[in-house]
Amino acid sequence: MTREPIITAQDLDIGYEDSVILQNLNFTVNRGDIFIIMGPSGCGKSTLLKILIGLKRPLRGKVFYEHTSFWEIEPTEREQMMRGFGVLYQYGALWSALTLAENIALPLQYYTRLGADQIQEMVWLKLSLVGLAGFEGYYPSELSGGMKKRAALARAMAMDPDVLFFDEPSAGLDPITGQLLDELILELRDSLGTTIVVVSHELASIFAIGNNSIFLDGDRKTVTAHGDPKALRSGSGDSTVRRFLTRGERK
Amino acid sequence: MEGRTPRAEEIQKRLTPGKETKRIGFDTSGLGNWDSSLLIFLSRINRLCAERSIEMDLSGLPAGVRQLMAMSKAMQKRPQSRGGGKHFQKDAFLNLVGGKTIGLWRTSSETIEFLGDTFAAFGRFLTGRAAFRRSDLTLLIQDCGVQALPIVSLISLLVGWILAFIGVIQLQMFGAQIFVADLVGIGMVRLMGAVMTGVIMAGRTGAAFAAQIGTMQVNEEVDALHTFGISPIDFLVLPRMLALIVMMPLLCLYANAMGILGGVVVGTGMLGINLSEYLTHTREAITMTDLWIGLFHSVVFGVLIAMAGCLRGMQCGRSASAVGEATTSAVVTSIVAIVVATAVITFGCQVLGI
Repeated sequence: MTREPIITAQDLDIGYEDSVILQNLNFTVNRGDIFIIMGPSGCGKSTLLKILIGLKRPLRGKVFYEHTSFWEIEPTEREQMMRGFGVLYQYGALWSALTLAENIALPLQYYTRLGADQIQEMVWLKLSLVGLAGFEGYYPSELSGGMKKRAALARAMAMDPDVLFFDEPSAGLDPITGQLLDELILELRDSLGTTIVVVSHELASIFAIGNNSIFLDGDRKTVTAHGDPKALRSGSGDSTVRRFLTRGERK
Repeated sequence: MEGRTPRAEEIQKRLTPGKETKRIGFDTSGLGNWDSSLLIFLSRINRLCAERSIEMDLSGLPAGVRQLMAMSKAMQKRPQSRGGGKHFQKDAFLNLVGGKTIGLWRTSSETIEFLGDTFAAFGRFLTGRAAFRRSDLTLLIQDCGVQALPIVSLISLLVGWILAFIGVIQLQMFGAQIFVADLVGIGMVRLMGAVMTGVIMAGRTGAAFAAQIGTMQVNEEVDALHTFGISPIDFLVLPRMLALIVMMPLLCLYANAMGILGGVVVGTGMLGINLSEYLTHTREAITMTDLWIGLFHSVVFGVLIAMAGCLRGMQCGRSASAVGEATTSAVVTSIVAIVVATAVITFGCQVLGI
């Protein structure tokens, strides 16, 4: 089955004013994919994510969302597009001064015409989807790491996004909580059909959820593999990719 | 060399130019426990041997030491990832000057951009299009106002008291003690009430603004606002600026009253001036112009403190130490701005003859 591309990166160079971290990146994310951006620590995965979600401009190249060149449109149009993204940051990034209910309600208050009752129902729905119904009045500081991640996921889903971005979702979580979060991501994709882009280097998580991926090589500063991570584990022609995906298993 | 790790210099002395040494070996049969100092000694010997083309025979060393030395060699040969090749070296003078200049230029651009964004947000507020939570503004007003009263009371009372004491020393020489009421009244209402409130609020509230927003930067909460298309300037900076603009004149009025009270304590308690006479003198000395000038100072200080605190918070890096630096910088920037603004306003008043 051929699925339509939703994100396309074309000849992308990323980095900072004085240094290029990655160059000539070309890849495609299809609608409904769970797309993994993987690579060793410090290779530029999170920087690439920032470019995809509109927080940082690329040095060169284009990012297309469907047929729109994301970095070439007017800033107001880009902001409009960004409302179609949901982002789960590495440590949740919940607004610490607000309760969970207020965290989820804030974008709804800003961008919808829903009444207070409807917003309250929406908040309950989103929290119940991640198993946190009843925690509406809690502040982020009162939650465990795993609960914060789930609450942040509920907030990321607040505006029913077309694409969900996850920055290291399993980071700092124990294996069981990490696995539960992976299951939640799969359920969301299957039930809502949302396209999901995940930055990760957690092998268990990569193989459990990913159906498409790119491997970023920090030494060669580019994409050295593109495809299903399970297929790349044994079938990649690049020894670094195979070593990464087999965790350098000794024979 | 028994009983201790030998020094590399001692070995170096033995490798005299006259005697040709081709190989160095180690006898560690008497060696008990060893630690990293042995490895440091061996790495120095290794360098000496490399310089003099002497073979270094490691076979006499314990297996663990040999393994660690092999690991160290292998790690040195491994290709470094990004940033791994950075060495501790002193920057050349020109590089240092260039780097600082670029940094200054970048900070200046950020500051100008921030000022522009803040004034645009203020314009949106005046036209009813600014998006922030009214409940946040209420909480901030409470924090900047009522909760600052104890410290403002203490400092203003003492400043009035100090002004009266300093004044009375001079005035007593002319038998004009009663004019201490004029001195304290005009001094507090025209300038000192606003300045002292400004300094207190810079240390208390400006620092808190920088720390709050800086911590939000560290926790990616500001990024989260961006990705939802919510302007951090509208959501974080504007309510803080409005809270200080509203509360600074009120705190200034309160500080003026407390300062005058400090003067009353000295005047009536120590100089024996009648209370009603003191208050009458104070009322006659202070004009509405003095009061408005003092209030104008306080509004300007409120804007400067809010902007310095929020700017440093927004410029904060992504580490705990960066939050500390942002907080310190916010206080320093606020106090410098207060002093400069005071000088400008005082000069302006002088030119205008008010």
